[in-house]
Amino acid sequence: MSTILEVRGLEKTFGGIGAVNGVSFDVHQGEILGLIGPNGSGKSTLFNCILGQLAPSAGEVRIDGRPVTSMRPCDLNRLGVGRTFQLLQVFPQLSVRENLILAGQEHQGSMWSRLLGRRDAGLTATANRMIDFFRLTVVADEKAGALSYGQQKLLDVAMAFMAGPRLVLLDEPASGVNPTMLADLRERLRGINETRQATFVVIEHNMAFVMSLCTRILVLAEGRIIAEGTPDEVRGNHGVIEAYLGH
Amino acid sequence: MMLARNVVSIAAVTLLVAAPFGLKPYGVYLLSLWAVMTVAAIGLNLTLGYAGQISLAQASFVGIGAYTAALLTTQGWPLWAAFVAAIALCFVLGWLLGYPALRLQHHYLAFVTLSFATVVFLVFRNEEWLTKGVYGISGIPRPTLLGWSTKAPVDFYFFCLGVLALTAGAAWWLVRSPWGRAFTALRENPIRAASLGVDTRRYTLMAFAIGSALGGVSGVLYAPLVQFIEPTAFALGLSLNLLLMVIVGGAGFFFGPFLGAAVSVLLPEWLRFSEGLYLILYAALVMILMAFCPSGLLGLAERLRKPATRPASGPTLPTSESGFS
Repeated sequence: MSTILEVRGLEKTFGGIGAVNGVSFDVHQGEILGLIGPNGSGKSTLFNCILGQLAPSAGEVRIDGRPVTSMRPCDLNRLGVGRTFQLLQVFPQLSVRENLILAGQEHQGSMWSRLLGRRDAGLTATANRMIDFFRLTVVADEKAGALSYGQQKLLDVAMAFMAGPRLVLLDEPASGVNPTMLADLRERLRGINETRQATFVVIEHNMAFVMSLCTRILVLAEGRIIAEGTPDEVRGNHGVIEAYLGH
Repeated sequence: MMLARNVVSIAAVTLLVAAPFGLKPYGVYLLSLWAVMTVAAIGLNLTLGYAGQISLAQASFVGIGAYTAALLTTQGWPLWAAFVAAIALCFVLGWLLGYPALRLQHHYLAFVTLSFATVVFLVFRNEEWLTKGVYGISGIPRPTLLGWSTKAPVDFYFFCLGVLALTAGAAWWLVRSPWGRAFTALRENPIRAASLGVDTRRYTLMAFAIGSALGGVSGVLYAPLVQFIEPTAFALGLSLNLLLMVIVGGAGFFFGPFLGAAVSVLLPEWLRFSEGLYLILYAALVMILMAFCPSGLLGLAERLRKPATRPASGPTLPTSESGFS
């Protein structure tokens, strides 16, 4: 399996306080990697450093062997890297379909050809397939801001996949989603992983969700990786139990 | 809905074409001023309403366009040359003014644009060798197009209306293109937009540049409309007035600037029946509107037309697998 994402010695400090302290790991093509840890362990900061939202204090990030440390998020996205955020990030004034078209349009032609070309950038059919896939058909023409939280969460995830990324970093995709929709979301993610060999890194607090979805798990505590392994190996790791329950 | 929209559109166009007939020259002047200010407000609506970047410098671009037209046409250049020069100049200056917006937002950005407006005003007032300072430039000719003289107020009104139609058509194309969608994303959530591949830096600069260029177009029309320009016409007051037009009409609504400019240019005149009280009445009406409907007149219309509802049913539960490409 080829390595799609390499993180080497990544550090991020805020005013002398280390949020991420020398984290190194690899993500392989087609795997679903879980990233878990107690609140404040540095998971989201690590995501933001990998994805160019924050400049790391030290360390290096590579995609397909190419250095991308501190690359702009829009440029990373064009390299095939998608993401979702911890908090909902849809565009409330755009319809569900428009949100999805927006999520893919910057990958279609040049800026000038998009100005002079079709309004939907030729993406209506793809957006409709995505709407069907994520079971959002009945709300396809509604403004995203009028959707329920769970529907917005599905839309948020669907947008990350609209441009056909090879690597997607999902920050707490299960938070606030009801159990029925959660099962739906898990099946959608598995489906994309299997049919398109898309690679995921998933931050999640919902242990049942992450254990049933991921093939490998990293555990972060105080900005460091304290454990790594299959869901079963991590579940029985004393260091992990201590990190979650305290000494 | 489509039928109602078509009926309203046809009625509005008919009204605009028929309006100047039977009006005195001052009435025609006001209609022309409305068309000119609407062009500038469309530009500001792109920058502020769609892309969410506040600017207190739109009057400066109107001024730059007006001085470009005044300087060129009084030297014998045709007005179309002034359009080209003003659009190019305002586009470049607007692009440069957009750079602070890459780091600043909201009131910080407002102060940067205010500083730019102050500098431009000082150039208009103090660089007498170019602008004739406080004495202004007079005798600005109205154009003749393919033998059609626009010297008469009604003719010049139709010329302004034609330019407004072209500008509105271009803006309509822009906001309905993927660029318009990217501008909206920039306004609503720039961080998420960037994560989806939207080059927020380039779109921000483009929003400023295009909005400013339309300010320049407005200025090129304004100079031959009034036929005399001087610096105070392009001071902060006009920028605030243009901001008012966009917000009162409905920022981010395509027809907001049309309505906002009508309120700003025509309403005070209609309120003159109240004699000395007309500006007080005007201010009170604007305050009431903003207090009860901050999304402007078109925001109010949309609220009345579409009361806040949630979709009756959620997504269907998973029953079968489906794929996508």
